[in-house]
Amino acid sequence: MTLLRVENASKKFGDLVAVDGVSMTVEPGELRAVIGPNGAGKTTFFNLISGFLTPSSGRIVFDGEDVTKLLPARRVWRGMARTFQITEVFPELTARENLRIAVEVASGYRLKTWLSRDADGEVRARVVDLLDMSGLVDKADRLVGELAHGDQRATEIMMALALRPRLLLLDEPTAGMGDKETYDITQLIRKLHKNQNLTIVLIEHDMRVVFHLADRIMVLAEGAMLAEGTPQEIAANEAVQTAYLGKAA
Amino acid sequence: MTAAVDKAAPVAANRERARSLAMLAAIWGVLALAPFWMPYLGGYTALGTRVLVLGLGAMAVNFLLGFTGVLSFGHAAWFGLGAYGCGLFLKFIAHSTPLSIVAGTLLGGVMGAILGALIVRRRGVYFAMVTIAFGQVFYYIAFQWSSLTGGDDGLRGFQRAPLDLGFTTVDILYNSTAFYYFVLICFAAAAAVMGFILRSPFGRTMLAIRENERRARFLGIPIELHIWIVFTLSCFFMAFAGSLYALVNNFADPLGLHYSQSGNFVIMAVLGGMRKFWGPLLGAAVFVVLQDYVSSLTVNWQFFIGLLFVVVVLFFPRGLLGFFQQRVQS
Repeated sequence: MTLLRVENASKKFGDLVAVDGVSMTVEPGELRAVIGPNGAGKTTFFNLISGFLTPSSGRIVFDGEDVTKLLPARRVWRGMARTFQITEVFPELTARENLRIAVEVASGYRLKTWLSRDADGEVRARVVDLLDMSGLVDKADRLVGELAHGDQRATEIMMALALRPRLLLLDEPTAGMGDKETYDITQLIRKLHKNQNLTIVLIEHDMRVVFHLADRIMVLAEGAMLAEGTPQEIAANEAVQTAYLGKAA
Repeated sequence: MTAAVDKAAPVAANRERARSLAMLAAIWGVLALAPFWMPYLGGYTALGTRVLVLGLGAMAVNFLLGFTGVLSFGHAAWFGLGAYGCGLFLKFIAHSTPLSIVAGTLLGGVMGAILGALIVRRRGVYFAMVTIAFGQVFYYIAFQWSSLTGGDDGLRGFQRAPLDLGFTTVDILYNSTAFYYFVLICFAAAAAVMGFILRSPFGRTMLAIRENERRARFLGIPIELHIWIVFTLSCFFMAFAGSLYALVNNFADPLGLHYSQSGNFVIMAVLGGMRKFWGPLLGAAVFVVLQDYVSSLTVNWQFFIGLLFVVVVLFFPRGLLGFFQQRVQS
């Protein structure tokens, strides 16, 4: 069954049409990349899916349920998690505490004022698992705000993963990173996708990352869908080349 | 290399734990022995009682400000409602100190819960402005409704009742040391509840909201609900402190509801260090002692409080307690 179906979604800000009737379907286990030139409406499109913005028209269907009007937190409870283009973490807490909060919320403990010894042990063990998976073990007890950009980004991705999502939305996971960090994050995403069969939709500028990871690619330009297909199809698509390289090409 | 890291982490954690235990022991030791050492420094027991009560109020403000990142500039409203609730109960309903505290705490806490529900969607300056407005509404009610509240003169004509423990009765009206210990027990109970909440999963969602509201929302935390719960808890703590304040003075004053009083609580929290659990208590101690000492020399004591506040904000952004802790560590 289709996990995510976006039906003809549009978003207008006054006269500006940021997203113009875009449709997309994502199957379970798929890794989908959304690419496009600056200002193509990629992040706005993401915000419609995750509930940060509500569409002016169109529908968002997640796992067979219409979530178009649902608040972000409720979409999270249904299994949607996301990261942001500008890393959003809890800077003055340690990496371990960052993950601990995510694990506790995911376990339904957010209103609890007390945890049993067993529950506390399970939370701690899960946090250690997540730290292991991301290679943050050595830095677990440092404040996240003091970590390198790549480690902050890894923390954010692991926080999203702590929610045990069925759909992970990553907004430019390698933005502003050097080659080494880009490589590490790409490997992490690949590992999550392959080992856990996690469904991922990501926005990305770095074409090496996109072609390395994606099963299918959707190209947005000026708010509308320009093309969709496998990486090979997209690489060969003339309209895409024109959009990226300008009309002269 | 990894072995060294593995060993270093627990050692650092142990040292951290030892240090915080030592600090806790020092704080409770100083508080428990206050009636004995204060006279030697020119203080008196009632001054210690005031520090505890106003310190608890500042800690209640800080529960919201320092740990959830939400600034209320009208918290004196709940403090004052607690004081009036307590005083009116003693004056008109029953001569019982514990029940009067319950009455005052409920009055302020429940009003805070109701009004809090209306404003949790507001943030930052807007939230602060609305809380000021609420505070002033209660100030004017207390000011104008003279037949009930005594208006401008304040509420008089009640006294704290002796504590009936069943096997014996404790005079907390004339024995100021006994009253100090009564207030200290109340303070300790409230501080324990606060500390317990802050160390829980719910307490960590407070930190999450303070640190990054967007991230917290996209972890699936319903921000408005959590802020409302924290606001309500903070109002209950505030009203509890206000009830005790009415007992300290055997008097409730409309100025206790005024926004300038709200400002004083915020000043105490920031002065002492708002990221620290005990910061506001230190801030209150400095504030109250300075007020007591300087106001005997000049009526312009607020000038000196203001000066100290500016110095702390400019040079010790972590507050006095943060500054001292840093000195101890280095």
